[in-house]
Amino acid sequence: MSAIANASRRTVLRGMMGGAAVTLGLPLLDCFLNANGTAMAATGAPLPVVFGTWFWGCGLNPGRWEPKTVGANYDMNIETAALQPYKSRINVISGMKVFLDGKGAKPHFTGEMAILTGDVPRETPNYASLDSIVADQIGTKTRFRSLEITGTGKPTDSLSRRSASVLNPAEISPAALYTRVFGPDFRDPNAADFKPDPRIMVRRSVLSGVTDQREALLRQVGSNDRVRLDEYFTAVRQLEQQLDLQLQKPAPLAACSSPAQPADAEIGTEIDNVVANHKLFAQILAHAAACDQTHVFNVVFGEATSPLRRAGSAMTHHILTHEEPMDDKLGYQPQATYFMGRIMESLAFYLQTLDSIKEGDGTLLDRTMLLAHSETGFAKIHALENIPMFIAGGAGGRIKTGLHVEATGEPVTRVGFTIQQALGVPVENWGTQSLNTSKPIGEIMI
Amino acid sequence: MAMTRRITKIFGVTALLVLGGCGAKDDAPATKGGPVSLRRLTEPEYRQIVADVFGTTIKVPGRFEPDIRENGLIAVGTARESVAGAGFEQYDLTARGIADQVVDETHRTSLIPCKPALASARDDSCAAQFLSRAGRLLYRRPMTEGELSTQVKDAGDSADKLGDFYAGLSNSLAGMLVSPQFLFREEVAEADPDAVGQKRLDAYSKAERLSFFLWDSAPDTALLDAAQKGELESDSGLRRQVDRMIASPRLSAGVRAFFSDMLGFDGFAALAKDPQIYPKYNSEVSADAQEQTLRTLTDLLVTHDGDYRDIFTTRKTFLNRLLGSIYGVPVAARTGWEPHEYPPNDPRAGILMQISFLSLHSHPGRSSPTIRGKALREIFLCQKVPDPPGNVNFNLVNDTKNPAFHTARSRLTAHITQDSCAGCHRIMDPVGLAMENFDSAGGFRTTENDAPIITSGEIDGATFDDASGFVRAVHDLPAAPLCFVNRLYSYGAGRPAAKGEAEWLNFQEKQFASTGYKVPELMRRIATSKAFYRVSTPGTEAGQPNTKLSLAGTAIPTETGK
Repeated sequence: MSAIANASRRTVLRGMMGGAAVTLGLPLLDCFLNANGTAMAATGAPLPVVFGTWFWGCGLNPGRWEPKTVGANYDMNIETAALQPYKSRINVISGMKVFLDGKGAKPHFTGEMAILTGDVPRETPNYASLDSIVADQIGTKTRFRSLEITGTGKPTDSLSRRSASVLNPAEISPAALYTRVFGPDFRDPNAADFKPDPRIMVRRSVLSGVTDQREALLRQVGSNDRVRLDEYFTAVRQLEQQLDLQLQKPAPLAACSSPAQPADAEIGTEIDNVVANHKLFAQILAHAAACDQTHVFNVVFGEATSPLRRAGSAMTHHILTHEEPMDDKLGYQPQATYFMGRIMESLAFYLQTLDSIKEGDGTLLDRTMLLAHSETGFAKIHALENIPMFIAGGAGGRIKTGLHVEATGEPVTRVGFTIQQALGVPVENWGTQSLNTSKPIGEIMI
Repeated sequence: MAMTRRITKIFGVTALLVLGGCGAKDDAPATKGGPVSLRRLTEPEYRQIVADVFGTTIKVPGRFEPDIRENGLIAVGTARESVAGAGFEQYDLTARGIADQVVDETHRTSLIPCKPALASARDDSCAAQFLSRAGRLLYRRPMTEGELSTQVKDAGDSADKLGDFYAGLSNSLAGMLVSPQFLFREEVAEADPDAVGQKRLDAYSKAERLSFFLWDSAPDTALLDAAQKGELESDSGLRRQVDRMIASPRLSAGVRAFFSDMLGFDGFAALAKDPQIYPKYNSEVSADAQEQTLRTLTDLLVTHDGDYRDIFTTRKTFLNRLLGSIYGVPVAARTGWEPHEYPPNDPRAGILMQISFLSLHSHPGRSSPTIRGKALREIFLCQKVPDPPGNVNFNLVNDTKNPAFHTARSRLTAHITQDSCAGCHRIMDPVGLAMENFDSAGGFRTTENDAPIITSGEIDGATFDDASGFVRAVHDLPAAPLCFVNRLYSYGAGRPAAKGEAEWLNFQEKQFASTGYKVPELMRRIATSKAFYRVSTPGTEAGQPNTKLSLAGTAIPTETGK
């Protein structure tokens, strides 16, 4: 966004402050839909694509999640059985690997960093995450650039970051997320009447006052701090944009409705509790996308060192993956595997929720691209190969679905690179050192 | 020897041993300083400033962006933080919540120094009176003319639009509360007239650093006045302000803030214990546990001006009824806190054996000697324990053919018998095992799964038989006070100590030792030193001792998939 563009928008808004007549000089957003709600009325363009990530910690058991066959018409394996109803809309990607280039592996951290930032950091993250890159491409015209949630109670467990220094903190409470998206500041696109709120106009104007100081303040500080201050001003700009949207009459959206308002729920790591909250989060996020409040969402079902636990048990999912003995007969750790089953059921619920929102002939799932992944191929040994990854949803027809892609030790970054290319991010290659790739996954590209 | 090789010492520890025999000079060694910083206010700082400026009846609604911990401190992490879109939304909500209260009918008479000519319209002169006064405190310096005129205009335009002077004023104040001038502590350097070619913080940055260091809040009017009059540039003027601030009861708030940061108490926000295993542990217990530790520390270090090293061994603490029920100590007071002294050789001596440390560094359902050992090394000794290698075969830790591992000590045997694990676990586990008499919630026990718990061991060459011997050994570790001096300085400066400051820190540590390890005196020395306000100049910038580099040198090869 250029400084000049900002200034002209501001001038318009500042002008609004004086006069009583509300004539908005702002460009209208491209969200007028046709009658049946499948496309923009004005342009006939399809509904916008939605991108999401869905992360869980501690992986799955090797050999028990990958489909037995490669290519189309595969069947889900035992641990992913819950996803079977959606198999034609899911690409399973197995065999992807993280290369360390001699750097140390930080257990449960390196894998997620490689997948989402294309980099193995020595200490703290060095780059923006995949969803931020995508959001800059597809999410700049919505009220929220992206929405983040985590199921296990720590706002810092978000994996979404705008830069090395800016983490997008996650909502931990469904009730708080509801209020943020569908609370008093929500403008129902299907409401009959619309009147710009003068209180929002004055707030908008005050923020312009903050933004006006940007150049002067940036000049005062050193280069590292300049980056951080600029990130601050980007955040201010995002709120300005939200307020701008609230000052315009939104275009009607047939599939948009507010979800049920959740009660204040207990937040914790006990599995039934996490699953129940995840259901509430799923509803709110799906409705937020249907109402065009955001095009990007990030779900952390449970953080990487999976703290999920059963009530009364001293052992968390993570501890179990390391300390529970292998059952000789079964060939896996039954208690740890219990959590994997619950996680896959929740992922299936998430897809079901997206699919339950009908938009014309299709569903929200059809125009969503969801990257579901963990951070390790085998938590017991912190393996960084064969990390479970799924790309679900039709991405508005931008990719083929229903395939099992079996990689043979190729960099995990190919998945993120494929996503960026499919979603129109102008990028020629992505990732650092051995994780750098310029090869999208050809099988699923159209 | 493998042990010391595996630990990455933070800068200065080794140097101290070398310099130990040298005679102390009268004056502290010169330093070249470090870069100025731009720090985001922490949540406690934000709350304290609002309370200082507008009073404690103003509620601060909403939640805050999470802080980053770096080099062991949030105070250092804040110099890396910015604001995300979602975070700014929250700041905006909080700011409007505060501003609305400030102008409401309950508060406006005491907080706004004038009445508007007309309550339904703009009054620029009254708005200017209020905004310039609030602005000086919020921005920690006088507002510039441009800043003030923008805010006054915002207040007026909003008042006209909304037909309400106070609503307009509130809107403008909310804008100030989300401005970078308020949310970030921006330090400004100037040429130092006393040292050719060198730089120092300017007067307001000096006041700000001083105030957050000693009081964990923005400068008060007296300190801002001193900065404005140039008094902080003279040794005597600076000394006068530092003495005033150290003598103030607010020093305790500063000491508490420092220890909350150093001890990682922010971790309690997301700490939970399994209620079926530890039915007594809840959020009230975790809040009280922190309070107990902070009371123990301020009583020992501030009220009694005691020896820092005694934090590990002191038998004096404070208890309330709730904690008493967990410690198994009768508490007479129905409400509030009362002093308590444990008998000699009781395993509960010192802050390591309090619920706060024990529960924070444990799993939800059981204790963790590894986590506790790592925490002790990193928090109190400034030693960085390397990350575990990738592709560890945990089968060795969990010998499935040998299910009789009753105690953590027996379970962790594999850690120190397996080469790739031993290097690091040998420096964590034995330390943590000394605290095994306490479960994940801090409760006392002598057995685990019916097997007796053994707490004897060795730390950095000192052997001990039990928990009380262990805390005496920690008390005497030379790394502990040096780590403390380093942390305290780094906390105040908002950055890790620079390379060129090592000699100065070693000097301060010797002073600390020779004056009985008294913490307020150490704070006074730092706050009145030239080094604390010295700013490095580009080109001569010494940089910081890079723990990451030295860590890379000691890390275990971790290539996976081989």
